[in-house]
Amino acid sequence: MVQLALPKNSRMTTGKTWPKPEGANNIRKLQIYRWNPDDGKNPSVDTYWVDMDNCGPMILDALIKIKNEIDPTLTFRRSCREGICGSCAMNIDGINTLACIYGMDEVKGDVKIYPLPHMPVVKDLIPDLTHFYAQHASIMPWLETKTNRPAKEWKQSIGDRKKLDGLYECVMCACCSTSCPSYWWNGDRYLGPAALLHAYRWIIDSRDEATGERLDELEDPFKLYRCHTIMNCAKTCPKGLNPALAIAEIKKMMVERTV
Amino acid sequence: MAFLTDRKRASGMGSAKSGTHHFWSMKVSSVALLFLVPMFILTFGGILGSNYAEVMAYFARPFPAIVAALTILVGFKHFNDGAQVLIEDYVHGFMQKILIILLTCLSYGAAAVGIFAIAKLAL
Repeated sequence: MVQLALPKNSRMTTGKTWPKPEGANNIRKLQIYRWNPDDGKNPSVDTYWVDMDNCGPMILDALIKIKNEIDPTLTFRRSCREGICGSCAMNIDGINTLACIYGMDEVKGDVKIYPLPHMPVVKDLIPDLTHFYAQHASIMPWLETKTNRPAKEWKQSIGDRKKLDGLYECVMCACCSTSCPSYWWNGDRYLGPAALLHAYRWIIDSRDEATGERLDELEDPFKLYRCHTIMNCAKTCPKGLNPALAIAEIKKMMVERTV
Repeated sequence: MAFLTDRKRASGMGSAKSGTHHFWSMKVSSVALLFLVPMFILTFGGILGSNYAEVMAYFARPFPAIVAALTILVGFKHFNDGAQVLIEDYVHGFMQKILIILLTCLSYGAAAVGIFAIAKLAL
C-alpha cells in the first residue's frame, strides 16, 4: 500500500545552524538535508551561510565551499562540474537538477537542498542508485546484432542518426525517474523514464537487430505501462530531454505491432 | 533480506507480455465516450422533467435507447479499466487482487443494472 507519511526514522528534525561568515555583506542562507547512517539519529536540516562575494555562481560551488571551509562532513557526489557526468543530481528548491549547472541566482530566498526524492539515502545528499542502474542494465543498453559483424562499420544514414538526437544525451543522473510519482510508488517494477528513454534509444537505432526482443521485454503492465504521462520527467530533466515523449513512442510501437 | 543480485531484483519475473491490449482498449473507449457522452447528455437531457408516459415513449425509440445503453456499457468498461490502473498504482500484494475482483464485480454489475433498466424502458 502506498505510504502517505514518512516512516518514523525518516521524519525530519531541525539540525545545526552554522555561524554566519564574519564581515561578509553578500550572504545566502542554505538549508541542507543531513543524515548520517552511523549516528542512529533521524535526518535533519542544517543551516549554512555562504559569502557569495567569495563563491562561484553555481549551487555546486556553494556546496564545495561549505565542505572546504565550514563543514567537511557534508557529503555529496560531484565530478565534472559541467553537467556531463550526472553525479551531482539533487533536489534544489523543489526541483531535481544538477547542482553544477543550476545557478544560485535561479533560487529565490533560502536555498533548500535535499537528496533525490524517494530513494534510499546512503549519506546526506547521496541517494542509493543501485536499483536504478540495474534497471538501466536490464534494458540491454548496447547494440544487439545478429548479422555477422561488417568488416569496417555498421552503417547508418544521416536521417537515422538524427533519430537518436534528444536521446543519446542522457547522462543517467536519475533526476527524471526520481521526480516521477509512478516511479515512487512502483519503482521496484516500473523501469522509470530514464531506463525507458535509453530503451527507446536502442529500439529506434537503425543498426540494432533486436527491436522485437526489446519490445517483448518492455511489454508489461508495470515495466512500461505505469507511465501515465505525468510529464514531471520532461519538466525536470537538466539536459532538456523529453523521456515522456520517448515512452509515448514506445507505446505507439507496441500498438502498431499489436493492432 | 535475501541475497539477490541487483540485476535479479531489477529483472524480477520478466515481462508479462501484456498491457498493450489494456492500453489500446482504454484509448478506444476514451474516443467512443468522446462521442457518446455528448449524445447521451443531449438525448437524456431532453426528456428531463417529462412525465412517465413521455419517458417510456421516448426510450421506446431506438436512438435514445441505444445511445443510453452504449454509454452505460462503454462508460463502465472504461471505468473498470481506469480504476484497475489506479488500484495497481497504489495498492500492492493480495489486497490488490481482491480490490480488482471487487472492482470488476462493481463495474459489470452496474453496467448490467443500467442495461436492464434501459431494456425495460425500451421493450
